[in-house]
Amino acid sequence: MITIERLTKRYDDDVVVDDVSLEIAEGAIVAVVGASGSGKTTLLRMINRMVEPTSGRVLIAGEDTRATAPHLLRRSIGYAIQGHGLFPHRTIAENVATTPKLLGWDKARIEARVDELLSLFGLEPAIYGPRRPHQLSGGQQQRVGVARALAAFPRVLLMDEPFGALDPIVRAKAQADLRAIQRKLGVTVVLVTHDMDEATSLADRIAIMERGRLVQEATPVEVLTHPATQFAADMFGADERPFRLLSLKSVADLTQPGEAGGEPIAADADRREALAALLWSGRAAAPVTGAGGERLGIVTLARLVEAAAAKAR
Amino acid sequence: MTPGAIERSALRLDRVGATLAALGVGGLALGPFVSARPNRIVDGVPHGLFEALPPSLAAFVALVAAAAALVALSQAPPVLRAFAGAAALACLTLALGQAPRHLTAPGDIYARVAPGWGYWLAGFASTLLIADALTRLRFRPLARLAALVIAGLAAAAAIGSGALDDLSIMKEYAIRATSFWAEARTHLALALGSVAAALAIGAPLGVAVHRVTAARGPTLAVLTVVQTIPSIALFGLLIAPLAWLARTIPGAAEIGIAGVGAAPAFVALTLYALLPVVGSVVSGLGAAPPPAIDAARGAGMTDWQVLAQIEAPLGAPTFLSGLRVVTVQNIGLTTIAALVGGGGFGTFVFQGVGQTAIDLVLLGAVPTVALSFVAAVVLDAASESAGAHA
Repeated sequence: MITIERLTKRYDDDVVVDDVSLEIAEGAIVAVVGASGSGKTTLLRMINRMVEPTSGRVLIAGEDTRATAPHLLRRSIGYAIQGHGLFPHRTIAENVATTPKLLGWDKARIEARVDELLSLFGLEPAIYGPRRPHQLSGGQQQRVGVARALAAFPRVLLMDEPFGALDPIVRAKAQADLRAIQRKLGVTVVLVTHDMDEATSLADRIAIMERGRLVQEATPVEVLTHPATQFAADMFGADERPFRLLSLKSVADLTQPGEAGGEPIAADADRREALAALLWSGRAAAPVTGAGGERLGIVTLARLVEAAAAKAR
Repeated sequence: MTPGAIERSALRLDRVGATLAALGVGGLALGPFVSARPNRIVDGVPHGLFEALPPSLAAFVALVAAAAALVALSQAPPVLRAFAGAAALACLTLALGQAPRHLTAPGDIYARVAPGWGYWLAGFASTLLIADALTRLRFRPLARLAALVIAGLAAAAAIGSGALDDLSIMKEYAIRATSFWAEARTHLALALGSVAAALAIGAPLGVAVHRVTAARGPTLAVLTVVQTIPSIALFGLLIAPLAWLARTIPGAAEIGIAGVGAAPAFVALTLYALLPVVGSVVSGLGAAPPPAIDAARGAGMTDWQVLAQIEAPLGAPTFLSGLRVVTVQNIGLTTIAALVGGGGFGTFVFQGVGQTAIDLVLLGAVPTVALSFVAAVVLDAASESAGAHA
């Protein structure tokens, strides 16, 4: 869907993005992670030509982005940023309508699209549409920012630290919403973040940037268990790695026959939650139940500990 | 609330009101209400309130002033305070118009009766009482404009009724009625025309230096230097180059370019307005939050669309409050244009200074102050309504 070919950005002698090539599949969520100054934001902004590459090219659905004028290109690509960037002098509905209006949609179509998106993001159009951004909470503003980015049916959504300004609880909710909405719309998402939890929980693939270079691009499990560089390993934190690994899969695969007492664990709960539940209640095993509450078997502390080891995949 | 608290709050004085009451009552009690002269040049003789007016009228004025002072002192609601101020001001001013009839013999056309500093202080205190009350009422911009129109109509009615015709300033006006309105037109044309010219040059310049960051420092530095040249010097400095232009370029003299007159005044006023105009355009355009601009570009706006749809509307309040400062500044500065023969209300001020006729100075100064006040209120309201989204 998105093909990045040998993309380089140089400011004088400073190489910010250095010869990066990357293939992003249609409908995937790719998280670009890295320390600040690693070039991840510049890489993202070269996709919609907010930054013009020094060399290399970007293809979207096989078409070179240089073939279209930058402002026209950007109307076909969603763009959501940290701190939402809502226009303070316009209503929520007007904010969401920005790109459709630039594209010259008729009024009825814009109105219908705005209502549809606000509803999708859980904001009652009649109530929130006429409000100004400052009348909304941080989480609501962020949702409007994403809704605005999606307004003109973009095939690609670029997000730069979109949840960075939110408190942890609101952020978790926003991430879950994004995942659900992305699945529903099938839009391809490129997400820049420095939050490794966000990257591992949201993304299908993680691209790690280090001093302008792309050092690894793989699934979260792969990146976690086989980091390409010391830096990639450090990003997760040595004391965090086993738990992150557990959090990527559910307990369903670890369920075995047997009997155990106490509070049951849902089969679709992640393994980290299961481990925490067992450790906290001092049990060696817990019953596992399916979606309908039926007994599926048990999960043991031993199996969970085994699954937390890098080799045990 | 306990009974003690009620008692305390009833006794508590309004601090602003106390100051204004002291100012107004003190001025009326201690200062001369009017100053009377046998002719327009000689020194005046001060007359207190009770000397200047027939006893019953003087007593009435004193009563109204005392009542207004009490309202100002108390915790009265703003509407009542505004009415008290307006009543005091109207009463003082209409009574002032009666003083000449009381003090001068009928048929004496040389005698001059002018307001004394007692009247000025009391009138000033009343005006501040109204202004303070209007601020407390937090009027919306449109309501403030309506209040301004009402005040203007009241002033016009007071002057038009002839009640003030015997005052010295009105006598000076009566002699110069035709030239007064001609100078008023010149004054407005110079002051507002120079602001318009500064806008025509400064707004594109401001947009340009907002875009090209490197040009911002040098441009503003040059304009700041122009701003620091004393106004009289700048008017003088322009005489030589403009006279040269008038001589050299065919047709230049025909369209009014000359070393003296309105041309150098217009050019100097435009130059003075340029720095504040460019400065307020630059700071206005800088007021938009960077993420909003980033998002606007990301949504597919062209540079002009970002300027017109995001930066300009978000910068409008800053820009308009800058424009207010420029306009008020130029209305005042235009007075000096008379020095180089530019005309305007300054003509009366400088003639008055030359003839030591203070009434003539007032005939130039009072309308200038009134014009500045109107411009300030109108542009302030515009600035606030442009910022209503915040």
